[in-house]
Amino acid sequence: MSAELTGPSGPKPSRAFHPASLFVYGTLTVLALYYLAPLYVMVTTSLKTLPEIRLGNVFALPREITFDAWIKAWSTACTGLNCDGLSRGFWNSVIITVPSVIVSIAVASVNGYALANWPFRGANIFFTILIFGAFIPYQLMLYPIVIILKNLGIYGDLTGLIIVHTIFGMPILTLLFRNYFSSLPEELFKAARIDGAGFWGIFFKVMLPMSTPIVVVAIILQITGIWNDFLFGTVYARPDTYPMTVQLNNIVNSTFGEKEYNVNMAATILTGLVPLTVYVLSGKLFVRGIAAGAVKG
Amino acid sequence: MQNSVEIKNLDLSFGSVEVLKSLNLDIKEGEFIVLLGSSGCGKSTLLNCIAGLLDVTDGQIHIKGKNVTWAQPSDRGIGMVFQSYALYPQMSVKGNLSFGLKNAKVPKDEIETRVARAAEILQIEQLLNRKPAALSGGQRQRVAIGRALVRDVDVFLFDEPLSNLDAKLRTDLRVELKRLHNQLENTMIYVTHDQVEAMTLADRIAIMKGGLIMQLGTPDEIYNRPQNIYVADFIGSPSMNFFHGKLAGGTFTVDDMAMPMNGYPWINGQAPDGDAVIGIRPEHIITGELVAGAPLKYDVVVDLVEPMGSDTLVYAQLGAHSLRIRMDGQARVEMGQNLTIGIDPSRASLFDKTSENRL
Repeated sequence: MSAELTGPSGPKPSRAFHPASLFVYGTLTVLALYYLAPLYVMVTTSLKTLPEIRLGNVFALPREITFDAWIKAWSTACTGLNCDGLSRGFWNSVIITVPSVIVSIAVASVNGYALANWPFRGANIFFTILIFGAFIPYQLMLYPIVIILKNLGIYGDLTGLIIVHTIFGMPILTLLFRNYFSSLPEELFKAARIDGAGFWGIFFKVMLPMSTPIVVVAIILQITGIWNDFLFGTVYARPDTYPMTVQLNNIVNSTFGEKEYNVNMAATILTGLVPLTVYVLSGKLFVRGIAAGAVKG
Repeated sequence: MQNSVEIKNLDLSFGSVEVLKSLNLDIKEGEFIVLLGSSGCGKSTLLNCIAGLLDVTDGQIHIKGKNVTWAQPSDRGIGMVFQSYALYPQMSVKGNLSFGLKNAKVPKDEIETRVARAAEILQIEQLLNRKPAALSGGQRQRVAIGRALVRDVDVFLFDEPLSNLDAKLRTDLRVELKRLHNQLENTMIYVTHDQVEAMTLADRIAIMKGGLIMQLGTPDEIYNRPQNIYVADFIGSPSMNFFHGKLAGGTFTVDDMAMPMNGYPWINGQAPDGDAVIGIRPEHIITGELVAGAPLKYDVVVDLVEPMGSDTLVYAQLGAHSLRIRMDGQARVEMGQNLTIGIDPSRASLFDKTSENRL
């Protein structure tokens, strides 16, 4: 076959460089710089000495790099009576976050599964009440919870804080899991029932293995939410048990002495490091989880 | 012989919506029964009730002589195959097949032999270690059938198992299902909206509409002696030709065309009088050389021709009425042509106009 074809044929040639793409990339670059500028200032300032900061060149690179500010922020900065830096708050936050994330996700996933697959009398009312809980402002419950914790004898304890975080995570997580389990094909659940699996059998062997994407979402939501919490930490903890965020606030907002900008910057970055790591690491997992679920199977 | 499944006065309502209305159905041991109907007729609901996945509002379900109305799905001796296969995506084919047995605490070596046997019957031995995602649609449906097979159940329930497959595969698997039934001789209850599947697979077909069984009978009875207009219209493609007219003294009259119904198998042994509807299947209209021997002859004008290869569908005008005729694929017919057709009253169906039941 050698018939001569005239006019356009085959794939349409694409131009390597396009004015429109210049505009798009330009805008994106400018915006990226704009959002990265604060981070740049924070990192450089944290590496400078105080005299150098006093010169006032905010955007200048440090003339000599020193990690003194980081060390001070982590281990010797004073917050109130304690002078062991953010390390105390860091470990407090870890002790608060790990159990509350695990317990809240464990309970909420079972809640969501029961609500989605085992309709019981009053399930809808139960669900409505639970969702309503998500819309009540936390401030409304601050004081009642103080009294409850006091009566239980765990006011100011990390245990109290863990319980509060677990409970407050429940409405949104249950909603998340319920909707996810409802979106799974109903026939899968029916097939498992015919195969003789019970409530827990279906949950652990059929449903949970399919829920990686939603569990990852829940973990991200809970870790960042609980780690970043300030309100509950201030109200329900003592100086000894303050989470990292409260300690950071006390370091940065201390009204005594000289403002140590480099220490403040280092402390802030240290505190933000955990949620940042979670986003970076799980972001990939998250996308993979969603993609795996999206493939018809 | 003992009935395998008995459904007694079964009612099912969702709130105020009645889906099944005091339904009765006896299914014989080893019978292949097809529940056929358009969507929303309650056929899948009935299947789910038999499986125990839906609680019934009233009535009883007996399987193998045992009242299982309140029994768990796994205790009923049933296996079910779903339209969407419903394979557990995180388990291998082997895991899928053995899941039910593990739940029933069947010994390990027994599981091995049963899985091997099912895999051999369904020819999926080489797929046992694959995940469902790595299987084609036909292979997935085989695994789903295997999951019911390994459990050694009395009754197989199929919920539109072939609807998700492409046309060619559907035909292949349909034949295989029929072979499987001949081999296993289990009772099978099969839900579909596809009348070809129903006609080819069933020992008996139950045609459902609005939660009621319109007719229960062999494919032959359903096709040749439909009990009412709904069944007559539902079965057959292209569907039956219907003409409204009057019946008097054994002669049916449409407009001023008289059709003496000689040889018609009257349900009461004699011809009633009154308003009636006649139904004639497009493929029962006689054309070509055979017209000479037909009891009734009419002249029609061809309107439209649809050649389909194996046969040709002709739309024609009979007086003021439109008529569908199925002719041989080799017949040469053109638009506007005059055609003489023959009708055999013994193969037609007559229905009462008000009750819509067969006369």
